[in-house]
Amino acid sequence: MTTVIIRTMTRILTPAILVFGSYIILHGHLTPGGGFQGGAVFASGLALLIIAFSRKRVKEMFEKVPLSVFESIGALGFLGIGLMGIVMYTFLRNFIANSGAPFGMPTPEGINPGFLNTGGTLPYLNIFVGLKVLAGLTSIVLILFLILRREENE
Amino acid sequence: MNSVLVNLPFIVVAILLAIGFYTIGFKRNLIKIIIGVEILEGAVNMFIVALGYVKGGYAPIYTQAPSGAIENMVLPTPQALTLTSIVIGVAVTALMLAFAVNIYKTYGTLDVSKVRRLRG
Amino acid sequence: MMEHLPALIIAIPLLGAFAAPLFKRHHKAVSIWAILITGITLIVSLLLTREVLVKGILVYVFGAKSPTLVLPSGYKVPIRIMFEVDALGAFMAISATLMSFVGALYSYSHVAHESGLEKYYSLLLLLEVGILGMVLTGDLFNLFVFMEIAGISGAALVGFRSYRGEASEAGIKYLIISAVASLMVLFSVALLYGEYGNLNLAYIAKNIKFGVVDLIAFGLLFTSFAMKCGAVPMHYWVPDAYTEIPAGGNPPLLVATYANLYALFRVSFTLFTNIVINISRAGWIMVILGVLTMFIGVTMALVQKDVKRLMSYHAISQTGYMLLGVGVGLTVLHDPSKLMEFGRDAIAGGLFHVINHIIYKSLLLMTAGALFYVTGTRNLDNMGGLARKMPITTISFMIGAAAISGLPPFNGFASKLIIYETSYMLNPILTVFAMVTSILTLASFVKVFASAFLGPPLKKYENVKEVPKPMLIAMIILAALCVIFGLFPKIILDKLIYPAADALINYLQYHSWGGLA
Repeated sequence: MTTVIIRTMTRILTPAILVFGSYIILHGHLTPGGGFQGGAVFASGLALLIIAFSRKRVKEMFEKVPLSVFESIGALGFLGIGLMGIVMYTFLRNFIANSGAPFGMPTPEGINPGFLNTGGTLPYLNIFVGLKVLAGLTSIVLILFLILRREENE
Repeated sequence: MNSVLVNLPFIVVAILLAIGFYTIGFKRNLIKIIIGVEILEGAVNMFIVALGYVKGGYAPIYTQAPSGAIENMVLPTPQALTLTSIVIGVAVTALMLAFAVNIYKTYGTLDVSKVRRLRG
Repeated sequence: MMEHLPALIIAIPLLGAFAAPLFKRHHKAVSIWAILITGITLIVSLLLTREVLVKGILVYVFGAKSPTLVLPSGYKVPIRIMFEVDALGAFMAISATLMSFVGALYSYSHVAHESGLEKYYSLLLLLEVGILGMVLTGDLFNLFVFMEIAGISGAALVGFRSYRGEASEAGIKYLIISAVASLMVLFSVALLYGEYGNLNLAYIAKNIKFGVVDLIAFGLLFTSFAMKCGAVPMHYWVPDAYTEIPAGGNPPLLVATYANLYALFRVSFTLFTNIVINISRAGWIMVILGVLTMFIGVTMALVQKDVKRLMSYHAISQTGYMLLGVGVGLTVLHDPSKLMEFGRDAIAGGLFHVINHIIYKSLLLMTAGALFYVTGTRNLDNMGGLARKMPITTISFMIGAAAISGLPPFNGFASKLIIYETSYMLNPILTVFAMVTSILTLASFVKVFASAFLGPPLKKYENVKEVPKPMLIAMIILAALCVIFGLFPKIILDKLIYPAADALINYLQYHSWGGLA
């Protein structure tokens, strides 16, 4: 089903897609996008890998990747940051904003060229959501693929 | 003519809603029914985005915004709602497709009039 | 810490749900983890209810400097997501957490032989989160999100036994109904957002006008929630879903259905108060819907052979009682004298029936699950003579059947009596229908009892034993609650139900965030 053209293009494109997905996740608090969008882009790169290669290769590639653990870590991290806010203020309070901690620089007023080191808890939330989404979407594609391919082979 | 053009997104929404309901109600193939739900979702999302459009407004992004945009930035709530609803839609679609695969495996068909062991 | 209870009650089961997949292949551990988490949530919900009953409406604003900062200085409208917990929400939260706890306890041995248990418990806890979010939130869009969470996890639980084609069939039916209903909810939320520029339930309710758009939004919300709470004519997903879900998931799924009923009440009483007061037809629609639902449900139940399916049709029929009771209250909401005379009691009767029905129907479905556990079939014709082999299950079934048929001194009688009395004040014909339904229910359960438990012992069931202990404990808890609620209805009514009914009637208090604005 897959041809040399698809496989070669996948080899070239996949790294670029993965980098772009990570960029969207990390810049979620500055530009359009965020955890879900970046995670979806990242997962589409992985989906490209899944559909381009044979069932055996895909199984080898993803056997060692604990996708559901990634999902749990993403969700638990999101929840954990939400719960940290409870100590001082309320659930999901942005308690890092303007504090000087990583991603905690004060945000300048008005139009600016974009400072990555701002946003408080938002970048962390984006990273965790991104992790969860990329793991979740990839496992959806993977499972549907494995089921359908099995039927084709038999 | 102008009133039609202004309301064009809403007319499209109405047409999509009608198509979606028709597909869910009258089609027999399970995959087509799932597509109908998706069309319905698209219609609702488009409705929200169309509602949130403000003429002359700018997206509320300060990073390298054009000068003069600050006075005219819009509240991005409708876009946030749409994104959330898209995220939920992905989960719904994935689960529906998984069920469809499972049904095809056990019944050997996707025709809803034949997939009816639960009745009465 | 007390002011953070509304956030914690969501966060704790979420934590449990997300951590559950990490217990891969440790089935015992994940079951105990789920029981632990649901138990803690139950305690939190009891604390929350006590806070609400003492202090009145509890507002929790997410991400704000302090939990009760609804309007930061300089703002005229609420901008943050908030939870607004009144007595009705707390009452539903207690039902949800109690039933999730019982369901997790029952599942410990009921699904022990299935694979993928960590996902099962994850879904169970997510379903609890969805219900709790729906009943506690004070934000319309949040309501939609939690409704979808409950719908998706509920549908996945229905289709959990993926090796059965019927389970997938029931699951996709439930999911399509749920998706269409929630999309229509989202559509009407968008309509209201376009008109009022806000998503806060109390803020919109305060400003709502009597326009065409509002009427359309009201109609859509009413229909979608009625569709998802299993009212006639959109009831056909109920028997499929209740039958195919593993019996341990039945109690939370029941509560999920009634969380939609809660949303229906919240929308009619609180969100669209100005409209409902102007047209008393809305209340009559609810009343007639209730009568139709109870009558059609029970007539379809009479012909069933599958024991769980029969009970599911009774679940539809009992939903009718709740709609009837609260609908009577809604009809007279505009008339303070009638409201005091019988409207308040009618609402209380309807709400009391919600929790009573959740308790005894869960009990009954669990006994059906126990029958399935030992016999491997759900067909009544293939059962018989099980009373001697399974004495505790038999007694639990008898208590549940007596409660659903409205026999004194069980809890069903207590709430049905209130509904009979109050609906008689509105129109005697309604009472006649309610009583006939009750008699038919009794007849149908006598049939189940005779064919499953009585009769000569069948040869193939010679070696069956009583079900394992966790299942028995879960059933005994619910059977005891049936008796307690039936013997002391006055205490429950005064402590839990009347505050909840008053929360629906005193809409002005909800509109002002409990006096915070």
